[in-house]
Amino acid sequence: MSIKPVSGPHVIAVRRVDEIMGLVIIALVPATAWGLLLFGFPALYLCSATIGSALLFEAMCLKMKGVEAAPFLRDRSAILTGLLVAMTLPPWAPWWIGVAGSAIAIVLGKQVYGGLGQNLFNPAMLARVALLISFPIEMTTWVNVNPLFFGPGPIDSLAITFGNAGADAVTGATTLGAVKTGFSNHLTLPGSLSDYNGFLSFIGWERGSFGETSSLLVLGGGLWLLYKRVIQWHGPVALLASIALLSTVFHWIDSSHYLGPWAHLNSGAIMLLAFFIATDYVTSPNTPAGQMLFGAGCGILIFIIRTWGGYPEGSGFAILLMNATTPLIDHYVRPRIYGRYRNGRPIDISQS
Amino acid sequence: MLSLFENPRLRGGIHAEEHKVETSGVPIAQGMPLPKRLYIPVQQHVGKPAEPLVKVGEKVLKGQLLAYSQGTISAPVHAPSSGLIADVLDYPAPHPSALPIRTIVIETDGLDEWVPLQIPVDPFELQPEEICMRVGAAGVVGLGGAVFPSAVKLDLGRKNQIHTLLINAGECEPYLTCDDRLMQERAADIVTGIRLMLRGMNAPAAIIGIEDNKQEAYDAMTVACAAYPEITVRQVPTRYPMGWDRQMLRYLTGWEIPADGRATDIGVVIHNVATAYAVFKAVCLAQPLISRVVTVSGGAVGKPQNVEVLIGSLMTEVLAYCDTDKAAISRLIMGGPMMGDALPRADVPVVKACNGILALAAEEIETPDVKPCIRCSTCVGACPVGLLPLEMASRIKANQLDAAVDLGLKDCINCGTCSYVCPSNIPLVHYFKYASGELYKRQQMEHKSEQTKRLVDDRNQRMERIRLQQEEEARKAAEARAERQRQQEAAKAAAAAAKATEATKVTEESL
Ligand code: SF4
Ligand code: SF4
Repeated sequence: MSIKPVSGPHVIAVRRVDEIMGLVIIALVPATAWGLLLFGFPALYLCSATIGSALLFEAMCLKMKGVEAAPFLRDRSAILTGLLVAMTLPPWAPWWIGVAGSAIAIVLGKQVYGGLGQNLFNPAMLARVALLISFPIEMTTWVNVNPLFFGPGPIDSLAITFGNAGADAVTGATTLGAVKTGFSNHLTLPGSLSDYNGFLSFIGWERGSFGETSSLLVLGGGLWLLYKRVIQWHGPVALLASIALLSTVFHWIDSSHYLGPWAHLNSGAIMLLAFFIATDYVTSPNTPAGQMLFGAGCGILIFIIRTWGGYPEGSGFAILLMNATTPLIDHYVRPRIYGRYRNGRPIDISQS
Repeated sequence: MLSLFENPRLRGGIHAEEHKVETSGVPIAQGMPLPKRLYIPVQQHVGKPAEPLVKVGEKVLKGQLLAYSQGTISAPVHAPSSGLIADVLDYPAPHPSALPIRTIVIETDGLDEWVPLQIPVDPFELQPEEICMRVGAAGVVGLGGAVFPSAVKLDLGRKNQIHTLLINAGECEPYLTCDDRLMQERAADIVTGIRLMLRGMNAPAAIIGIEDNKQEAYDAMTVACAAYPEITVRQVPTRYPMGWDRQMLRYLTGWEIPADGRATDIGVVIHNVATAYAVFKAVCLAQPLISRVVTVSGGAVGKPQNVEVLIGSLMTEVLAYCDTDKAAISRLIMGGPMMGDALPRADVPVVKACNGILALAAEEIETPDVKPCIRCSTCVGACPVGLLPLEMASRIKANQLDAAVDLGLKDCINCGTCSYVCPSNIPLVHYFKYASGELYKRQQMEHKSEQTKRLVDDRNQRMERIRLQQEEEARKAAEARAERQRQQEAAKAAAAAAKATEATKVTEESL
């Protein structure tokens, strides 16, 4: 069917796809920059490898489909995916982890579904989860903070990312990892979190994936996107609120076993998930009510997986599970049409 | 985030780039030279076309009836100026298809001589029915673009005992300021028109809704209404499509019109503000609707302004009057840029429905390539009706029209908001218009096939009846034949018997 535009609207708004993607990338810049500062050149190399290969895979897939790649590469969605993948990786991960992540995200997560707008799962989350299952060692080797110019120089770093030197770095566990291992060693919560500092965690001075350690900066970027009206508040607020609520209740019941809301909200990828992943246009519901449902579902699942599951950093699972329910939510949660009840029946005259 | 604090009565909508300042500060131009020829289509309203009653060569005066209305929903048309009837022919309509329609051409004589007008001494002494009659006879139709015959609406209002008259002065389309200027300059007359409408409908109260980007108009109307407590002037947020009357009604009153109903069902009648002015002219001055204020704007127009234009003037002349650079016109639009129609040619007449002539330059309409839908749901949030444009479009793309209807396609008002905001530049409204057209065609086809079926059925029944009849006749004929035969046989037998008896007799006798 071909439609030849013959009638209105004859004017259009100015914000286009590439601009939206650009705004999201800009919103991620502070957190990324902080990550680079904390973890130095290896992180920079890893990030470049991820983004570069994401673009390459995107171009390859488009070529195989027989479409011109340039206009699609220019929409910046591949760059964004690459960046998101990088942000969820341990900063000193070897280059092939990054490239594999991009391959999973772009090829399996996006293009096999038909490209931009067609995928069921969030590509970056798919990559993270697949890597976590396939390469658990590499994916949970967290280096200590190793600021740029204080850590290895540009040349030595090449060896870390592209060679095999990563293992020498001083490593430790993330907050969530520490809690998990602590429990398996029959430690109580305060024992396994002896060196936890809520404030440092908030500003991001701690071990973790390179783009998500600073809740503050990710949150800032997210709020800016809200202000710019690129995203809506419904998903993030529902996600954060449900985690806060659950953790408060359980912490109140047994504070020696359950992390409090502050630690939960500051740890791992929560802010990134709330503002950048749960708000992913393609894989989240269309209506505000649907997005709230989706966000709350993510929050509940994250809490469950963190608290009772085997993967302390496995909040990606929660997102993927909820992604799978998105079509269902969209089917059942629809806006009310003017002049009709929710079930589609016209409203009664006396009602109006 | 801000949507948290938004009025629940206000849904969707956009703040489009306005382009109103170019024309909102300039007084309505009255001095457009009288065109040599006026082209008056006999159909300028919803309903049945009017029937011409003038002949070629006949002399007509300004305001004289040219074609009378036929049927219950129709409106007459009148001569915008005096002159000779030059032709009654099929002439291209101001429509995207430019299909020709029946048009009366007047060669003006330059005298602009009025027919004698029967001006009432005090219009407020007139009976309500009389007011409606005069409005109908003056050919007043909804000037907001819907062109529904106004008298029909007023009659409907009176019969349904409505309690509120909503005057739609939203004018939410970008570029358009004709209602704005009208209110600024002729507020008192508009208010008289509104009061006449109230009387014509026996209605107690009126609300005027004006978007808050028209402060001067609001002030002027407030002053003009000060003496009439039954009329309230209210400001509504500037948000397209606030001029969609159902949206405005919901915002101002919280009332919602049932999806399968009309405003009168809940006791409301809605008229455009320019219509109120036309009602004033029709009743107080006894002048039929022969001119209207038109916004002429767009990048190709040298002197953007509102012009009082005689119905039937060619757009080319109106554009020339406003110093338009013909070569710079990239798209010519009748109406506003959101819902208006792109015209393939400019030598078409201005009709009652024409509230704007926009000559847009290339940079105003540049359209980037269509990209795939990124499911950003911006269109969902922007739809004032509460539809899911992206879902409907994807169904239509897959040719599942019924699924699109299930999603609410028939509730879509084609406002274009979704297309406007779509970052992938997907022509959503075109999909909806296409689908509506297909559904209409299908309905026609069904109708036709049903009709054919009925005809065939009728014919079969007729044939069956004839066959039965023939059979019956044949049976009767056969019966008759049999009867005759039986009778004959009986007669024969009788004769034979008689003979036999005779013979016996004879025999007996002979014995
Ligand atoms: S606005 Fe356009 S891209 Fe966004 S969901 Fe709607 S149709 Fe898709
Ligand atoms: S054109 Fe239809 S679907 Fe699009 S915003 Fe307007 S009413 Fe909604």
